[in-house]
Amino acid sequence: MTDIAMAFLAAGIGAAGATMAGALGIGKLASAAMESIARQPEAAGDIRGLMILTAAMIEGAALFALVICFLLAIK
Amino acid sequence: MILHIFSNLLQTQTGHTVQQAGSDAHAMAAAEESIGEYIITHISDHVLVELPPLFGIDVSITKHVLMMWIVAGLMILLFSVLFGKAKLVPRGLANMFEAVIVFLREDIVKVYLGHEGKRFEPYLFTVFFFILFNNLLGLVPGGSSPTGNISVTGGLALLTFLIGIIEGIRAHGAFGYLKGFIPPGLPLPLIPLLFVVEIMGLVTKHFALAIRLFANMTAGHVVILALFSLIFLFKSLVVAPLPVFGAVAISLLEVLVALIQAYIFTMLSGVFIGAAIHQEH
Repeated sequence: MTDIAMAFLAAGIGAAGATMAGALGIGKLASAAMESIARQPEAAGDIRGLMILTAAMIEGAALFALVICFLLAIK
Repeated sequence: MILHIFSNLLQTQTGHTVQQAGSDAHAMAAAEESIGEYIITHISDHVLVELPPLFGIDVSITKHVLMMWIVAGLMILLFSVLFGKAKLVPRGLANMFEAVIVFLREDIVKVYLGHEGKRFEPYLFTVFFFILFNNLLGLVPGGSSPTGNISVTGGLALLTFLIGIIEGIRAHGAFGYLKGFIPPGLPLPLIPLLFVVEIMGLVTKHFALAIRLFANMTAGHVVILALFSLIFLFKSLVVAPLPVFGAVAISLLEVLVALIQAYIFTMLSGVFIGAAIHQEH
């Protein structure tokens, strides 16, 4: 396999891994948020804001890996 | 060894497929090559007006520079018209911006910067609206978001970094600021190691600030472009409804992401500047 083919393969596998890890992290976060809202519905507004914020930060980590996959796929 | 067998297997399989499918695979491969280029050319920056380099730096006006100028003009116009005459109770559009600014002040400045946060309010609010308008401009047809350029986001993160360092040095003195990185009661040999780790952590946090914004914006635009390129790939308009609806949905998600990313950049800027001022170690 040529170098470029390996780079594309690595980019694909990396993107899959990054998406899986991001989805896993955000899923855990969402389940904790759901449970805490079920416990205390008055705090739903605060929890919703924090949930979206931390979800965006976790997604930031997944997007770091995506940037590297882009760099691999472009070369 | 296993990799060798694997790569051989892949080679024979792709050779077989190309021979079998013939012209169809060829046309698809050619279309895919131009799709990759199509996506990349729409994501990256084009030069609009070529200018001679100034002090060795290329200052040609590119599309992102033009977009940033449009945003700067829009912000100056908007805020000077809306808030030029300060009224006690704002009406209409000024009310909306005031609500956003009060939300930012309550959530970011008062929480992370404390009572001396008033000095940083101009920077934080400017950076919020700058990033927000830049992100949203990428969704307008014919516009591209300058925050999808790593230089722009790197520059903004560099600003936060410099403000953090300068304010930290101003609050604690140069040596005091450096000493604040080391928690008290640490055995002496560990101090250089921990110092290096803390400095690296500081740089990484700001670098992550730049990359988070850049990657969110670029990834959103790449998804939209990839959906549109499905139409070019299949070379028929029958598949058109699916990518178009998908692109509309993703564009709506992009609006949400634009707002969230602007808020996150501003909040983390506030957190980092606050951490530089109130060093808890």
